[in-house]
Amino acid sequence: MTARPLTPPPLQGPTAKEKKYDRQLRLWAASGQQALEDAHVLLLNGGSPGVVGVETLKNLILPGIGSYTIVDGNVVAEKDLGINFFLTDHSLGKSRADETCKYLTELNPDVQGYPVQKSLRDFLGSAIPSDAPDRLSSLTNPNALDKYSLVLFVASKQNYPLLRLVSSYCAAKALPLFYLHSLGLFSHFSTQLPDPFPIVDTHPDPTSTQDLRLLDPWPELQAFAKSKTENLNTLSNHDHGHVPYLLLLLRFLTDWRESHDGNPPSEYREKKEFKSLVESKARTDNPEGGEENFDEAAAAVLKSLNKPSLPSGLRQVLEDPSSKQLQQDSANFWLIANAIQKFHQKHGSLPLPGALPDMKAQSQDYIQLQNIYKAKSRRDIEEVTNSLRSTEADLKRQTPVEAKEIESFCKGAAFVKLIKGQPLPVYAPNAKAPPTSLQNILDDEDSLLPIFLAFQAYDHWLHENSNTTPQTDPSAPFSSSSSSSSEEAKPPLEALKQSATQTIDLNAAGDGPQINADDIMPRIEPILAEFVRAAGAELHNISALTGGMVAQEVIKVLTKQYIPIDNTCVFDGIASKSAVFRL
Amino acid sequence: MVEHSRSRYQYIDNFLNKPGPTTDPDFVPGAPTISNLEASKVLVIGAGGLGCEILKNLAMSGFRDIHVIDMDTIDVSNLNRQFLFRKDDVGKSKAEVAAASVTSRCKNVRITPFNGKIQDKDEEFYMQFKIIICGLDSIEARRWINATLVSMVDMENPESLKPLVDGGTEGFKGQARVILPTLTSCIECQLDMHAPRAAVPLCTLATIPRQPEHCIEWAKIIAWEEHRKDTALDTDDPEHITWLYDKSLNRAKEFNIPGVTYQLTQGVVKNIIPAIASTNAIIAAACCNEAFKIATSCNPYLTNYMMYTGDDSIYTYTFEHEQKPDCPVCGNLAKTITVNPRHTLQDFIESLGERPEAQLKKPTLRTESTSLYFQSPPSLEKQTRPNLSKQLSELVSDGEEIGVSDPAFTIDFKFKLIFQT
Repeated sequence: MTARPLTPPPLQGPTAKEKKYDRQLRLWAASGQQALEDAHVLLLNGGSPGVVGVETLKNLILPGIGSYTIVDGNVVAEKDLGINFFLTDHSLGKSRADETCKYLTELNPDVQGYPVQKSLRDFLGSAIPSDAPDRLSSLTNPNALDKYSLVLFVASKQNYPLLRLVSSYCAAKALPLFYLHSLGLFSHFSTQLPDPFPIVDTHPDPTSTQDLRLLDPWPELQAFAKSKTENLNTLSNHDHGHVPYLLLLLRFLTDWRESHDGNPPSEYREKKEFKSLVESKARTDNPEGGEENFDEAAAAVLKSLNKPSLPSGLRQVLEDPSSKQLQQDSANFWLIANAIQKFHQKHGSLPLPGALPDMKAQSQDYIQLQNIYKAKSRRDIEEVTNSLRSTEADLKRQTPVEAKEIESFCKGAAFVKLIKGQPLPVYAPNAKAPPTSLQNILDDEDSLLPIFLAFQAYDHWLHENSNTTPQTDPSAPFSSSSSSSSEEAKPPLEALKQSATQTIDLNAAGDGPQINADDIMPRIEPILAEFVRAAGAELHNISALTGGMVAQEVIKVLTKQYIPIDNTCVFDGIASKSAVFRL
Repeated sequence: MVEHSRSRYQYIDNFLNKPGPTTDPDFVPGAPTISNLEASKVLVIGAGGLGCEILKNLAMSGFRDIHVIDMDTIDVSNLNRQFLFRKDDVGKSKAEVAAASVTSRCKNVRITPFNGKIQDKDEEFYMQFKIIICGLDSIEARRWINATLVSMVDMENPESLKPLVDGGTEGFKGQARVILPTLTSCIECQLDMHAPRAAVPLCTLATIPRQPEHCIEWAKIIAWEEHRKDTALDTDDPEHITWLYDKSLNRAKEFNIPGVTYQLTQGVVKNIIPAIASTNAIIAAACCNEAFKIATSCNPYLTNYMMYTGDDSIYTYTFEHEQKPDCPVCGNLAKTITVNPRHTLQDFIESLGERPEAQLKKPTLRTESTSLYFQSPPSLEKQTRPNLSKQLSELVSDGEEIGVSDPAFTIDFKFKLIFQT
């Protein structure tokens, strides 16, 4: 073979980091990666064996989260070795926080791991008076958890008072908090997100995002359509078969309006009629027996000829008081929302996203069309920006909102999502699930809500029994530092059933329809029986699976991309099903 | 078999020492089930993103005799999820490094690696396993093992039926499924659920590109052929990717098409599917949970398909996919396929590569009485080549059955061609 000069590497070739993270950068881009690398995740792993927390961290360390801290006061016992992959025989008798941290850190040299061998109570003790762990407003150090970006709290025996403290702390600091519980073949996790938690970059399905404005074309688009379609009938077969379908639709819409008092097809029946009209204009006497661009035009009629309406997610944002009553220190998100609201009020439509789907067309025509959409999008963004700048001036704000932020909001406006974070729906003596959700269980025999109630009952039982058995380490329910495994607290089924009845009665007490615990118990009892069978412990697969789900959610929350759950997820490892509830 | 200390398996043993409310009545609590689990020989196909997770999960679920097969070597882009590999392992065999990594952590688990292709192994090899778990990124390999396992089933011998647990992921999405060859819907029955991406017509690439992807495909298919025909394109060679990137960029400039980047070039050329640790964790664990339930009978297993979507909240859809009587692997009826009789045999052969229900890239076709087209040997290829330009209506009649084989698969496919104009 003849020697061929090697092509020099391109200047913009991938860096070592881009190579390593290539498969994930395609999902959340450099901005998402930066958010991960800036984050410090705190794992409060008082639970035993606590695998669900460790597996979650594994899935965050691999994609390169900045740093993590594991708080775990337990010592590695032999039974840990059979279920926790991030330990070895040499770990026996050593600090579980140190040992798991050591093996987790091997996964990614770019990530910093910090073990803390303390019980949760001791760790939080510097912030919480140990004599009054139930007191909510008694943080001695109000900034104790400030260096963390997100907290993972794994269920453990004495979790209720500690969790309540952490929960109110996180709510006050707008710090995302996750509560994880994996038990036998079932798991549950809940999130407590800040309120509000807005997401701009939701990554909607590209096929659902087309906003082509066919019913409301602006002059440049209309003029281009006219120039390309006024002599449609005299075009050569080649040119006729390459007119972009958007322009065909615009042309036939003009024709239609002329014979329909200026109105576009609106009813389903009219659209079908219009579709037939489009189909009838295709040439069929060519060798292909039809035209692809006309097929595309006909296929787009039903989905593209709709009056623009404000999507419910965005409406919620625009109508939120934070968007209407701006303050000098309002978040950028609300400033942009406010400017978009003004734009919408004036034009009856959102800023144009400007993206164009691929379609049969000559290269030049397509690029020209693409530029017409982009130019209009840029003008709309400019208008939003100008109105935002004058608001900034009115509010005397020092730092202007970055142009990039305005642009991405404008382009994704229709798919912006607002989550109103609320307190964790974990067991609390006076917390109530809305009575309607209990009614749902009775109405829907496939509902997985009984799993959540079973976990609530289990937490209730743990709480009731947390002080009856002496523990060397109060944060470890089945303390592995004790030599004999027979000391483990094994929940008796009858006691759990009693807790469940109380939990349901508590949930049902309210203004809603009367719910009888006896009607729901048969759905909860089999789950409790599986909890008893597992002796309160985890199975590796269910914890690994749950650790995967939690890690996905953590990534979504930290990157503010894609849409996280709101706010509770359960998994049933017998049926292999999950469900999400807002509780 | 339970001789060694079981104290590390206390959590599993607790669970297996008693039945639950939905446990099969045949379940025997305690030692017999535990011995059975320890003795279950399982095969893991693929030691990549899913495979690494699967090996860990099996070891942490009480399986002690695990085999793993993979033909790939470790690449730096694997390290963001294939957690058994380190930077120093780049270039080594995935199966071997993964096996060594798990056994060094779990001394009482034996993992036997095989660095090679699944097609290198015969029925006797596959017959020794109790369960087979697949973590693959190739549909072709899945179809091969599926067809092999279906053909191994001997109704007289229950041991010949090997449950196949299969997982797959893409970005935040994935699926897990349980297949009992011949008894339930198989991978071939479900083929149309994994439709290939529609190919861009060659004429678009050649004359009217509009998207950056069109320019990249042009560089890969047309420019490479024109300038570097004598060099086989190696998509792992940075020099080759760089060459394609430059060509794509120039073509994009010529047509004023924005958006060609090195990353996109690599993505299109290698058909890269985004992959992350967390999704692999979910799907691999779902698969191993099923394997554990099958091996122990501790609870009913999945019937038979779970779809997972994590990009917009969390959504799973669990359902029973029905067996298809016209499945070319586990059914016995010919699959009906509509064709335009005016299309040439060449058109039809190309369409077989893209039709979701076929996905055959190098098909050899024949009717009951004649050979339509043979891919090999060269003499037969030459002899049947003239048929390629003939219209289908000249070669077969409406409703006629044709037999199709493809070097990627061991079985023959039967299609019934229905004319539609």
